[in-house]
Amino acid sequence: MNKIKRALGILWFLLAPAVIYFLVDRAIVHIDPAGKKDINNPVIWIIIIGIFTPIAVGLMIFGWFAIKGEYDHLPESSDELN
Amino acid sequence: MKPSTIRSVIMASSVGTMIEWYDFYIFGMLAKTISTQFFPEGNATAALLSTLAIFAAGFIVRPFGALVFGRLGDLIGRKYTFLLTLVLMGGSTFLIGLVPGYKTIGIAAPLLVLLLRLIQGLALGGEYGGAATYVAEHSPAHKRGFYTSWIQTTATLGLFVALGVIMLVKLNMPDSSFNAEWGGWRYPFWISLLLVAISVYIRLKMSESPLFSKLKEEGKTSVNPLKESFRHKANFKMVLMALFGAVMGQGVIWYTGQFYAQSFLENSCKIEFEQSRTLLLWAIFFATPFFVFWGWLSDRIGRKWIMMTGMLLAILTYRPIFNTFLTDTAITGHTIGMPADSNSIIKSDTLLSKKEGIKILQHKVTISSFNQIRFKQKRTDTLVLAEGETLYPPLSSAGITDYNKIQFVLKEDAKPVISEKKIPSSTYWKFVGLVFLLILYVTMVYGPIAAFLVEIFPTRIRYTSMSLPYHIGNGVFGGLVPFIGLLLTTTFPADPLVGLWYPVGIAALCLVIGSIYLTNKIDENVDD
Repeated sequence: MNKIKRALGILWFLLAPAVIYFLVDRAIVHIDPAGKKDINNPVIWIIIIGIFTPIAVGLMIFGWFAIKGEYDHLPESSDELN
Repeated sequence: MKPSTIRSVIMASSVGTMIEWYDFYIFGMLAKTISTQFFPEGNATAALLSTLAIFAAGFIVRPFGALVFGRLGDLIGRKYTFLLTLVLMGGSTFLIGLVPGYKTIGIAAPLLVLLLRLIQGLALGGEYGGAATYVAEHSPAHKRGFYTSWIQTTATLGLFVALGVIMLVKLNMPDSSFNAEWGGWRYPFWISLLLVAISVYIRLKMSESPLFSKLKEEGKTSVNPLKESFRHKANFKMVLMALFGAVMGQGVIWYTGQFYAQSFLENSCKIEFEQSRTLLLWAIFFATPFFVFWGWLSDRIGRKWIMMTGMLLAILTYRPIFNTFLTDTAITGHTIGMPADSNSIIKSDTLLSKKEGIKILQHKVTISSFNQIRFKQKRTDTLVLAEGETLYPPLSSAGITDYNKIQFVLKEDAKPVISEKKIPSSTYWKFVGLVFLLILYVTMVYGPIAAFLVEIFPTRIRYTSMSLPYHIGNGVFGGLVPFIGLLLTTTFPADPLVGLWYPVGIAALCLVIGSIYLTNKIDENVDD
């Protein structure tokens, strides 16, 4: 199981920049000052990309921790977290 | 701890949290009216403020509130922090109901509403973590899932109460009175003050969490909860695991089961207002006890696999369920309710006299207009509508004033433009069952999650550590369900169910991460 956890870490690590790329790409396609739908609104895209980027970075870090084997053993008491 | 004490703890926490959810939802449910009153069309600044009020409150301010109040809860205690969030939420909700409309005070109106909405988002971000932590820290290990599951019912019950209150007000007055500047839409906001006052009174009588009090006495509370939560690798990796392995999937299932389903029934299936709302109310009514059931079961078999099963069922059945909604409400061509003779005359004088446009009720389908109708006034004047054009506003705008003498002649290629449908009783109850299933998945993923989150983190930084992933999962991942749904529908218009790929994809990702990385072991000791 630990090998699977580590191997999948690579996927999570790569997925994060792909998500950011996808959002930026979609924003460029859909932002339209003349449009009336939410997806044409640049403010919404700025908010979404702004909030999603740190989350995607979090996914990258999660992947990195997984690759490094940080999740091979999960803490069994809070002493291990302090 | 005495059973009566734990009952008081659960009640004090749950009632307050439910009221906070109620406060947060009524704004969203009344968004259309609020937008007319405070954010008029054609004003760019008001439009920008409207966007911020809708999007920023959920996406940015909720996680930020989790950080602000989580930190406060770990520093000064759970009781006073979630008392403060309750007062902030109730106060801002009540004040929204008092803000004069744009017509009266101009741009100050949307500015004030935005400010109050942001306070609502901030307060909500701090409430849940406090309530869940407070109840969990009063619970014995073998009943932690059961007791915290009562907190888990509150979000859905808040939605239930919000739906019920709005329906009660709306059905007891004409639309014009409801939507007026000081009309009925403000009542749900005012009611909040009474609800919050009761809840504050109950909460004031409660004591601080015993685990937090013990830490405080021993001088072991955290000095810097934010740093300890997110800059210590050992704890931060658990925050990430909780987010990507559990809360992210739970968030999208929660929103899809309750909000997206309602919006889909109303906008894509065109089911009329009252039916689409009561249908959801019945489904919530039947499904809510299952939050407690799964919480109870999670104390016996562990939290993880109940949540993962809920995600798996959602992934497998979302498309068939939503497809059934579509097919069972589909109108094929214009054969339903349309006269066989293309030159038949539809008599609608009574409806026309109300100047509401045309509503023809046949075969339980309410049709507001057809794409090809000729209006004859005194058999001489004729109006032919273009494809997709509706009959609103009243016909007077088309130069037709003598309503009693108008006849409608349907052209051969006329197609109905459905405004709303009234579904038959058998379909209604079938849909109640399907929405019940959607909410059952919500109960599976959401029922055990408070106990799961509480057990991951140590007491000294629990409030902060569990609040952030919870509000990112629900506020951001869940809150994006309608927007990403719209994005996908616009990109791939051929598939009416394409919007479901977002919750299905996120839930699938979360299912894989959760199944592989989470443990099913219950942490017996949260007193550390």
